[in-house]
Amino acid sequence: MIKRIPYPALFGLIVTISFFLAAVFAPWLAPYGMSQVVGDVWEPASAAHWLGTDNIGRDLLSRLIYGGQTTIFVAIAATMVAFVVGTALGLFAAVIGGWVDQALSRLVDLIMAIPSLIFALVVLSVMPVTVPVLVIVVGLLEATRMFRLSRAVAADLAVMDFVEAARLRGEGRSWVIFREILPNVISPLIAELGMRFIFVVLFVSTLSFLGLGIQPPHADWGGIVKENKDGIVYGIPAALLPAVAIAALAISVNLVADWILERTTSLKGGRNG
Amino acid sequence: MAEPLLVIEDLKIEATSYPPGEKPQKITIVNGVSLTLEKGKVLGLIGESGAGKSTIGLSAMGYGRGGVRLTGGSIRLNGREMRRAPGKVLRSTRGAEVTYVAQSAAAAFNPARKLMDQVVESTLKHKRMTRAEAKARAIELFTRLGLPDPETFGDRFPHQVSGGQLQRAMTAMALCPKPDLVVFDEPTTALDVTTQLGVLAAIKKAIRDFDVAALYITHDLAVVAQIADNIMVLRGGETVEYGTCDQIINNPQEEYTQDLVAAINVERRERDPDEKPVLTLRGISARYRGLDFDVLKNINMDVQPGTTLAIVGESGSGKSTLARVLTGLLPPHTGAVEFDGAVLSSALKGRSKQELQELQMIYQMADVAMNPRQTVGTIIGRPLEFYFGLKSKEKRERVIKLLDRIELGEEFIDRYPAELSGGQKQRVCIARALAAEPKLIICDEVTSALDPLVAKGILKLLRDLQLKEGVTYLFITHDIAAVREVADTIAVMYRGEVVRYGGKQEVLSPPFDDYTELLMRSVPEMRLGWLEDTLTLLEEHLPASAVPEGA
Repeated sequence: MIKRIPYPALFGLIVTISFFLAAVFAPWLAPYGMSQVVGDVWEPASAAHWLGTDNIGRDLLSRLIYGGQTTIFVAIAATMVAFVVGTALGLFAAVIGGWVDQALSRLVDLIMAIPSLIFALVVLSVMPVTVPVLVIVVGLLEATRMFRLSRAVAADLAVMDFVEAARLRGEGRSWVIFREILPNVISPLIAELGMRFIFVVLFVSTLSFLGLGIQPPHADWGGIVKENKDGIVYGIPAALLPAVAIAALAISVNLVADWILERTTSLKGGRNG
Repeated sequence: MAEPLLVIEDLKIEATSYPPGEKPQKITIVNGVSLTLEKGKVLGLIGESGAGKSTIGLSAMGYGRGGVRLTGGSIRLNGREMRRAPGKVLRSTRGAEVTYVAQSAAAAFNPARKLMDQVVESTLKHKRMTRAEAKARAIELFTRLGLPDPETFGDRFPHQVSGGQLQRAMTAMALCPKPDLVVFDEPTTALDVTTQLGVLAAIKKAIRDFDVAALYITHDLAVVAQIADNIMVLRGGETVEYGTCDQIINNPQEEYTQDLVAAINVERRERDPDEKPVLTLRGISARYRGLDFDVLKNINMDVQPGTTLAIVGESGSGKSTLARVLTGLLPPHTGAVEFDGAVLSSALKGRSKQELQELQMIYQMADVAMNPRQTVGTIIGRPLEFYFGLKSKEKRERVIKLLDRIELGEEFIDRYPAELSGGQKQRVCIARALAAEPKLIICDEVTSALDPLVAKGILKLLRDLQLKEGVTYLFITHDIAAVREVADTIAVMYRGEVVRYGGKQEVLSPPFDDYTELLMRSVPEMRLGWLEDTLTLLEEHLPASAVPEGA
């Protein structure tokens, strides 16, 4: 299975892993401190500063590496919240059915009817913007998507004979959810997890760009774009670099998620496969 | 007193197996078996496959199948040691003093030679008679074995006679040289039930008439009880019990023998109409939510333990709804279900774990009745764990036993459902139901998704399990042919009502009511024009309501 990784997936895997390693080892990799002013404003690339410096003379490469750390870790945490909450509620709703399902589904519809960015802006503008709050707000908003997917997939499964067989055996609800249904929904959920991660990265970056995400002096990619956006007028590429990083991460994680989806569903015995 | 005809003392037989990638291993096939056989007596060797019964039978001829070595003890035939006898002695004994009837006569005859030549072959080879005498004896044997046209029977080729006749011809071949001992190795196992009866009677008569001794090897206690004077029960190459036929059947000492005997007695008991039913339906009506009419109307029926109640009807007749009522998925509108003497709670939630365990279900689509992400071991093992608290090793052993009962090997334990064939999947579902040791199994169209041969295998398995373990079935189907095969009682359902209910003979013999007639007529016959004939007949004789749409 692992032997033949298609090239796009391999590329995605390498880039993704590089990003994660960079995030984990940021303090050792970054040539300068995160908020250390080391040069002039918007210096061009040089041997000392590979990517130049930012709007107040901080090393842009170091900033990007630290920013990546923040962005990726916040995104992972928020995605986990989304995954755990969304999937658990989705499976629960599908298995129980009836009014519980109705109530949860309508609530989710309600939340999804409000544009999530505006919803987040409103919530974050009244709450203190700290990392945990950010993680929970973004996580819960994204959980609605996980809920819909897991509920849809599980609702199909919940009426199948093997689930009925388990019920007739007298199995408890947790066995039905975790042992009968979860193993069968996990592959689309994993693929969705990859997608969610990317959306969360974009979401957090957007919030930071709007000033309601990660607060300075902490760096994150959205924040770096915001700090350097004025430079674009003068032909200074500093604002584009974090955008490139976001795009590269998004594409590579997507390639990996696609591959996982394909691999797990093409397994004999997978759903519809 | 002279020594008996055959004396086997402390026989030990070993073989070497060569598992791939491992060192060769010595296996003991028979361990310390002793027996004696007097002239003119019949000794039945009985045991499950692998018990070593065939190996012992062949050893009486001083023969071991390929790779098998007679390593210890002694085998004396007419006082002569056979175990290490030189080839010359063995050759002169085999086919003369001791002869052999193999399980598959079809495979044992040479298809290119006439039966007569083969029947007298060994007699002539050993110069025990002249050709004319041998032929005369063969014809006499044909007569006594009840073969048709004994005078000319021998002129036929093996493919020109039936399987049962071939088996009798083989018995004639074995008896022709006037042997002292005949080894019958499962002579009737490959035959169908009615043919088996004839062959068995013929063999019994021939043995008595010609006063030969016989070793009769079989796995079927009922068969051996008819024919043997003494019985030896074998298991894993060792003697479990050895005694007279009467003692083994009526007063078995060992637990294993008692189980064997009990398994057969179940079959006898099930014919008892006075026995308390395991399941009783009293005036069941049911409707689905949102419908204002009953899908089931006043259903009453009983199921006796160890029998099969077949529920027949077209789709939409309410048979599967009935199954849902029984399992508690659809609480009935009115009426009650009595199971094992107590009223079952109408809803699933109100049922005890024991009640759930005693009522199991097998589904139509084995594909979707098993979790595709669980191995066979998990699927079958879960009820064991859930109901009986079996863990790791014990559980695995039980699963392997269950796999054995559904005629699948140990290697299936780690497979996923997707790696099984349709029939194998259904077998695994049967094993899952059996694992719970239920009193009643509901079989919902279990064979309709399978091709006919595989379906037949499943029906046979279900029947065998019923004979051996006394399982009770509620068999839901639209297939009259399957009903004929498995049912003891039949209920015909039409539009939510039972239109005909009773014993198999009664229900399946005329006069029929309209709907049953239609059902019976609907089984395709193997002749041209059947469809047209049947449709015309239906139009003439049946009310329009009973004819399916489009007919």
